Amino acid sequence: VIVLLILGAALVGESHPSMAQSSAARSRSDHWSFRSVQRPQLPRVQNENWPRTPIDRFILARLEKERLAPAGVADRVTLIRRLYLDLIGLPPSLQEVDEFLQDKDPRAIEHLIERLLASPHYGERWGRHWLDAARYADSDGFEKDKSRNVWFYRDYVIKAHNDDLPYDRFIIEQLAGDLVPSATQDQLVATGFLRNSMLNEEGGIDPEQFRMEAMFDRMDAIGKSILGLTIQCAQCHSHKYDPLTQEDYYRMFAFLNNDHESQPVVYTAGEQAQIAALSRQIADIEADLKSRTPGWQARMAQWEQQVTGALKQPPAAESSSSPSPVGQSQPEWRVLALEHVGENAQRYLPRPDGSLVAQGYAPTKMTATWRSITDIQGISALRLELFTDPNLPCNGPGRSFKGTCALTEISIEAASVGKPDQKSKVEIDGASADFEQPEMPLESNFFDKTNNKRVTGPVKFAIDSNDNTAWGIDAGPGRRNQDRKAVFQFKAPVSHEGGTVLTIHLKQNHGGWNSDDHMNNNLGRFRLSVTNEAGPVIADPLPRQVRDAIAIQPDQRAPAHAAAIFSYWRTTVPEWKEANAQIESLQGQWPAGSTALTLTARENARDTHMLNRGDWLKPTASVAAGVPSFLHPLPENAAPTRLTFAKWLVDPASPTTARVFVNRVWQTYFGIGLVSSPEDFGTQCDPPSHPELLDWLAAEFMNPTFRLHATDELSRVDSVPWSMKHLHRLIVNSATYQQSSQISAASLERDPTNRLLARGARFRVEGEIVRDIALAASGLLNRQVGGRSVMPPAPAYLFQPPASYAPFPWVDDTAPEKYRRGLYTFRRRSTPYPMLQTFDAPNADFSCVRRQRSNSPLQALTSLNEPIFVECAQSLALNVLRHGGATDVDRICYAFRRVLARTPSRVEINELSGLLEKQRRRIADGWINAAEVATGKNNPPQDLPAGSTPAQLAAYTVVSRVLLNLDEAITKE
Amino acid sequence: MTHLEHCWTAYRRDLTRRWFLRDCSVGLGAIALRQLLGGTSAAAVAADAPHLNPLAARTPHHEPKAKRVIFLFMAGAPSHLDLFDYKPELAKRDGQLPPSDLVKDYRAAFINPNSKFLGPKFKFAKQGQSGAEISELLPHLATVVDDIAIVRSMATDAFNHAPGQIFMNTGAQQFGRPSIGSWITYGLGSDASDLPAFVVFSTGSKGTSGGASNWGCGFLPSVYQGVPFRTTGDPVLYLSNPAGVDREMQRDTFDSIRRLNEMRFQVMGDPETAARINSFEMAYRMQSSAPELMDIGREPQSILDLYGAEPGKASYASSCLLARRLVERGVRFVQIFHEAWDHHGGLTSGLKEQCALTDKATAALIRDLKSRGLLEDTLVVWGGEFGRTPMVQGGGNDGRDHHPNAFTMWLAGGGIKPGMTLGETDEFGFHAVTDRVHVHDLHATILHLLGFDHTKLTYRFQGRDFRLTDVSGELVTKLLA
Repeated sequence: VIVLLILGAALVGESHPSMAQSSAARSRSDHWSFRSVQRPQLPRVQNENWPRTPIDRFILARLEKERLAPAGVADRVTLIRRLYLDLIGLPPSLQEVDEFLQDKDPRAIEHLIERLLASPHYGERWGRHWLDAARYADSDGFEKDKSRNVWFYRDYVIKAHNDDLPYDRFIIEQLAGDLVPSATQDQLVATGFLRNSMLNEEGGIDPEQFRMEAMFDRMDAIGKSILGLTIQCAQCHSHKYDPLTQEDYYRMFAFLNNDHESQPVVYTAGEQAQIAALSRQIADIEADLKSRTPGWQARMAQWEQQVTGALKQPPAAESSSSPSPVGQSQPEWRVLALEHVGENAQRYLPRPDGSLVAQGYAPTKMTATWRSITDIQGISALRLELFTDPNLPCNGPGRSFKGTCALTEISIEAASVGKPDQKSKVEIDGASADFEQPEMPLESNFFDKTNNKRVTGPVKFAIDSNDNTAWGIDAGPGRRNQDRKAVFQFKAPVSHEGGTVLTIHLKQNHGGWNSDDHMNNNLGRFRLSVTNEAGPVIADPLPRQVRDAIAIQPDQRAPAHAAAIFSYWRTTVPEWKEANAQIESLQGQWPAGSTALTLTARENARDTHMLNRGDWLKPTASVAAGVPSFLHPLPENAAPTRLTFAKWLVDPASPTTARVFVNRVWQTYFGIGLVSSPEDFGTQCDPPSHPELLDWLAAEFMNPTFRLHATDELSRVDSVPWSMKHLHRLIVNSATYQQSSQISAASLERDPTNRLLARGARFRVEGEIVRDIALAASGLLNRQVGGRSVMPPAPAYLFQPPASYAPFPWVDDTAPEKYRRGLYTFRRRSTPYPMLQTFDAPNADFSCVRRQRSNSPLQALTSLNEPIFVECAQSLALNVLRHGGATDVDRICYAFRRVLARTPSRVEINELSGLLEKQRRRIADGWINAAEVATGKNNPPQDLPAGSTPAQLAAYTVVSRVLLNLDEAITKE
Repeated sequence: MTHLEHCWTAYRRDLTRRWFLRDCSVGLGAIALRQLLGGTSAAAVAADAPHLNPLAARTPHHEPKAKRVIFLFMAGAPSHLDLFDYKPELAKRDGQLPPSDLVKDYRAAFINPNSKFLGPKFKFAKQGQSGAEISELLPHLATVVDDIAIVRSMATDAFNHAPGQIFMNTGAQQFGRPSIGSWITYGLGSDASDLPAFVVFSTGSKGTSGGASNWGCGFLPSVYQGVPFRTTGDPVLYLSNPAGVDREMQRDTFDSIRRLNEMRFQVMGDPETAARINSFEMAYRMQSSAPELMDIGREPQSILDLYGAEPGKASYASSCLLARRLVERGVRFVQIFHEAWDHHGGLTSGLKEQCALTDKATAALIRDLKSRGLLEDTLVVWGGEFGRTPMVQGGGNDGRDHHPNAFTMWLAGGGIKPGMTLGETDEFGFHAVTDRVHVHDLHATILHLLGFDHTKLTYRFQGRDFRLTDVSGELVTKLLA
């Protein structure tokens, strides 16, 4: 196992200009990176012919000072492959190489760069780079490590890069996209950046503890990826080296501490268009109803009076399943204060309205038992209200993956306060609800490994003493996530002198077999109330939002209130039956959508406290939102919101934000940053190798002025502040970047880590790209951009105990999905995809701004033997026989160029010819089963080109496997 | 001199030599390189060129007592009260409420802290010359009890599984820190030339809570992370050749890859290419050494019987036997994660079952290491992430909840004083009251045995020198032989 350690930072660091004076005399807050960026003058150089961009002047000035000369320019084949790998993370095709080589335009390379920057794969390559910093993963982490739907965020990042969304806006959206005016779905999804923290839902956890853990992680991620400061030190104590106090930490923390952890339903562009069309059609029908029914307003007003009880009317004689409302005054309900008396597996957070929100572990089969003491006499009914809540999946009101829930059974006991142990069962006479779900079989997701016919349906299922039936609330896509209520009427009123102890059992047995997966069907947010109203009590058929809207004086109502009332009322108008049915049918076409993890601001801010030694159980002084005093100030009177904080982070006055980002981009190109510690620009970081270049790049990034050519269309697009593409253009057009990466002995001796850049960078590509290169070269690559994460074949045992804590539903994708780019591979934190882990892809436990780059035998075994790599060798061989020409030399050259872009040398051809010959011989001698080598199976290959034999295919598979395993194949040269 | 500085100096020294070899003559350079990097004695090369091989064996701060570690991680947290820490008072108060001051401010995972006491479920007896009192469920351990040191006064900070396991394995509850195995591998390098330095097995009925992060390398270079081994099928992922590829074809493939890489090395001059050549050679060797290692069928029947291991069958017992085979071959750190001890209910049958699955092999490992003279410098550690409550969980009167304040671990070999019991808990086994050993103290002690001052085995990350014990950790001198 061999790794070349990245060393030498101290060797080549130069004093920053601001450090020229005695640094000992300066206070820590005078550290160079804490001062705002000033654009330095371009240095003078002796060799005026070399620089192509200002970058080159800084690099050359230093080289000249060190009496070093830059290397020559890399040959064109090396350059095109380097640019492809760097800008889009894919190797060039043979045809692309040939076209570039034949392009005699002196500015061919600039055109190539523009083409690559415009490629949709640019966003994939550089988006993945950001996803490391954003600790993106498709699972929760911790024990259960359940899957999570976050790929909308990943696609947002890709799209933001492809659209060249300016970096300042990119950051603002990721921290506070929900708070920008008229936020789009994309901007909301962007807040997934903060939500990428891990989530612990193991049994017995306190949800607040792990919300706090997530908060600390968010602070760490912001510190590393945006500020470039190790702020997490100050979670426990003031920073040891930097002038960051513990109070500073919690003041920043306070900006982030006021949010719901939301999981809204989100829609693809296609689904959004579909919803817009459906909404338009419904609106048209409603408008038509209004226009052809004069006097509808008066009828509706009369109906409103009926349902508010202003106009008493006997209950309608229709059956209870009719949506027709009954005019009734609402009984007075008294909310019960609930004491949880069951096991503490699932936890409940109280809300000010007396409701409880279930959080933490979600057992799939359980009975929640509640005790409440009430002094009401003659209790005649109990009401269960289900409320939506931003902290529930799809906004709730349940905890299932759809935000729904199922109440298997409710049972109630009553006792006198004086004799609480002498409980008697409360007989329930009838149940009503504002939503009577038609009976439907339980979704396959809730399979419990029994043969029981388990169903959900109307509310009477909750009192039928049958554990296979439950009250369900699934009204279908677009309508299932709303408040619901059920009322359970007692056979006889319950009274106890001195008060009654009610024990209420809410049985929730309609989950699946595995509590470690998304199989719960539990209530999410609920509230229990009782009434002593005499006579029959039924659930108010009006949905809560309609009831609330009606309660508003007509002249005070917003259009949405009026629309809600109308949309409900129209369903009660008998002559509109046909139109109602039409609308119902349109609503049935609503797309299901997916979900994303986002933040939404709470109405009531949490108090933020400093924490003694960072312990969430030891709050000390309360702090207000604010920023460290050694950095730039907030605008005066800024609101204490995430949006304020986000804007502060990307204020051009921020001394670190731009420097940190340009440094990380530099690091990605050259293997090591101008500052070698991308996560730490504080006083402990090594001096930058080229401090003035760092500042010039940061200044140019925020305020672009440079154009490669004074006037032409290529350069005109460069003028947007914070344009990431501008930064890339600057770097890859530089002579520095375009140098040959051949390493002379002298150059290695003088500058082993290449920080002076007297040569081009040469290093192994990132893990995802290792895979992408093999797929692209072999012709298997599926270039589809975006979409759900894919599960390429992985060893099944990895997702079963004891390798995985619990069974995890990894279902191997088949072709063509399994050939998607590496960045789309499903990232499970606790059992990372082996190929990517072996090639140093971070597993997203925390923000990563500098990947390891190891070189290990496990990597060799992977690229030699992992099934996808083996398929790549076989597929490349097939392509060689199809398109590689007629002679062995032609074919070898063809295969070689598909993998490495360049033409092989004579000795290289000889080596491969020898290998080919030997394999043919062994096949002919019967030592080798050609079909098996060529296809992995014993059957002869099916799609052989005419004139080719399985033996040829097998021999070329061996050659292809060698090529795909070369150091050069997975290296940017 | 820090580790990095040390590497840096060695790197500079070696550069000259290697470049001399290469530049002398192209052909000679290539041959020399092959000898240098691909020869049989990689360890010798590595000792000379630690910059090229971060797994090269290295010397710690002081003379170590232990050279390698086998950590038997009993994930899920076994009940100290039913296995190692007999509490007559708890037996007496079975079914009674705990004193209210005992459970004041106590945070429990599942139970109401005011749940009633549950007495020990099994009989205890004094064993061996040392007279250590252990449960009847551990008859085999009883036979080696004079070789181990029992610590009854362990304490931790976490009481949920994932944070608890991550804490025991990395010294922090937050994910992202290097595991103890990766720290030790970073500090000592490897004595194994064709096997990973840090090998992990998972047995038991579940996986760990937290998965790969329990053996992850955090911010250390990724070569130091644990490599999961399986006891059936390919021991290491992708070890086997693809279908149809025989050994000769594989050798041809490796040879061509090496020759082509050498050609490119001549052109580009990048030491990274030389490193890749060496990685491929080691992969080739691993293809034969790993299956040989895993073939416990080569062990005499008496040894298989001693452990209760069956060739071809994945089990805790085979993993223990393999752990011995691995340390024999120079592997630095072997960790067996046996997750099966989370007995919220079914405590009696669960403990019986898990002890039956593990007791014999655990004792066999101690005995076997000892008979080979390996126990002397191999440290064996047994224990889980926390203990279990003296209070009952569940209606069946047969379960215990998570408990961080007190639990038991034991250590053996590698400079540990054998045949002793350290520490005491209170009369209910609720608090560790004498010789309390916190997880950080355990880590400090393990590092000490391996030759490290735990405050000096550091790695600079984010402008700060990180260490396994964070800002804590006291050496437990009473445990030292």
